[in-house]
Amino acid sequence: MTTILASDFWSSIMPNVVENKDVFIQSTWETIYMTLVSGLVAGILGMLIGVVLVVTAPGGILENKPTYWILDKLVNIFRSIPFIILLAVIAPFTRLVVGTSIGTTAALVPLTIGCAPFYARQVQNALVDVDRGIIEAAQAVGASPLQIIFRVYLREALPDLIRTSVVTIISLIGLTAMAGAIGGGGLGNTAISIGYNRFENDITIMAMIIILAIVFVVQVLGDLWARRTDHR
Amino acid sequence: MAEATSPIIELKDIDVTFKEADRTVKAVKDVNLQVNKGDIYGIVGYSGAGKSTLVRVINQLQRQSKGTVTVSGQNLGNLSGKNLRQARTKIGMIFQHFNLMNERTIGDNVLFPLLLGSKLTRKEKQAKVDELLDLVGLADKKNDYPAQLSGGQKQRVAIARALANDPEILISDEATSALDPKTTGAILELLKHLNETLGLTVVLITHEMQAVKAICNKVAVMQSGEIIERGDLLTIFSNPTEQLTKEFIETSSQIDSALANVVEQATVQNLGAGEQLVVLSYAGDSTEAPLIAQLYEKFHVTPNILFGNVEILQNTPVGTLGLVLSGVGDAVETALAYVAQQGVHVRRINVAEYRAELARKAAANNEEATV
Repeated sequence: MTTILASDFWSSIMPNVVENKDVFIQSTWETIYMTLVSGLVAGILGMLIGVVLVVTAPGGILENKPTYWILDKLVNIFRSIPFIILLAVIAPFTRLVVGTSIGTTAALVPLTIGCAPFYARQVQNALVDVDRGIIEAAQAVGASPLQIIFRVYLREALPDLIRTSVVTIISLIGLTAMAGAIGGGGLGNTAISIGYNRFENDITIMAMIIILAIVFVVQVLGDLWARRTDHR
Repeated sequence: MAEATSPIIELKDIDVTFKEADRTVKAVKDVNLQVNKGDIYGIVGYSGAGKSTLVRVINQLQRQSKGTVTVSGQNLGNLSGKNLRQARTKIGMIFQHFNLMNERTIGDNVLFPLLLGSKLTRKEKQAKVDELLDLVGLADKKNDYPAQLSGGQKQRVAIARALANDPEILISDEATSALDPKTTGAILELLKHLNETLGLTVVLITHEMQAVKAICNKVAVMQSGEIIERGDLLTIFSNPTEQLTKEFIETSSQIDSALANVVEQATVQNLGAGEQLVVLSYAGDSTEAPLIAQLYEKFHVTPNILFGNVEILQNTPVGTLGLVLSGVGDAVETALAYVAQQGVHVRRINVAEYRAELARKAAANNEEATV
């Protein structure tokens, strides 16, 4: 038992991982940082766009065809751009926002822009599923549009919003793996630039295992929370 | 029931038109409607007749394309934003599918209208919720979620929610249509109770004449967006003029099935000269006159009773009687003229024609079923 936990055991099966321990700590932190910050910003942005899409849609509580049409098309366009291309294409914009187009912080901008439209669609789908009749009942007792958004739509869709947030965060973790292309670092970068390029397979595998572990934790926590809030 | 005063709801020349891509649909056409304080006003019609659209005009969930809506003396068509929402708090509404918020407890569903701008304190709001749940008989369900309740209980919660702002009017949009007959009865009972104790004015939309019969004092019949017949319940029931109204009344009584049975009997099919199959219907006072006895005494007409039915509508008996009358010469016709003079509605049935009509309807139904 003690031999399994001994460091020379790990050195024997994953020699490069042990040697690059600091790199792993650094890149894991980068992945978490990119996921958290861009997830938070994209979450707020996506939630806003999703809500606006629902209320301005035909038959919505604040129906507005031009707004809906423009947002809808924008979301479609940004969702269609492959992320690896988006990283490069928006570099000037990135420089404008964070002052640099290289590095972990620079990766936040494309990550946010890549993720927000995806999340907006997810939010839209969750809110559209709130029964039209419930909205009508709220209007009938004199609720204002803002009250309907906050006290009915977001409240009634909460379990679905949690589930779609989990899906979004997991896909965002996937996107962070590409951030290495613009020097963003992270576990994906470690797997490719060290593990793959130097034929150090144990590094690639370890990077994958850590990402899987993060995804697993997010999924389990999200499911638990969603189940607790769901009373349907 | 309150005596007729000024109308609490007045709809004037209401049109509602929906524009679709390739056509415009007139859902409501030139409707005028007055509902007095304390009325339980039934609006019946098949689905698609425009009933739901019409009542949504009352609280302006649906804006009219033309006409004016006055509720408690206020012209709602001129209101928007905050003022309209304020006006809506005085008009409660309940729905076929209850429309409760699934993620809130029963107590919080009832509390919801009070969260929107009520000046009550937290404590007063909770007291109000308790009082309302008590009123609808669900005090013990406060912390449950809607998913744990039966349909009838959900509708009771919806009623409590609709009453949270102390409205003067309650709109019921097919509120009993998703419920079983027993639960339907209980919910209607509750609406009647609220009408009597709170003076609540109720507008009840339904496709079930049974519901109208149970609690309404007035009724309007809608077809293709128009009100084709209206009046107080007794008049409409004892003396319907429109074909659709008759159909609705028939669906709520056993008369037609009884009649269908009777005309299959050989003795009825072979009526002789001076014999006539009739259905007499009468309401209120005329039921007290010894009419059947008079038929023989005055006209020597012998009544043979085939079936009969008495219902109590708004505390007034409404009776229907199926008879074969036989007499010498014109005796039957003279007798029927007298009967009609007494305020009894006379429907002469030509047995052969009636059977042909039944056969035609059955054929039409079969065709519909196979399509």
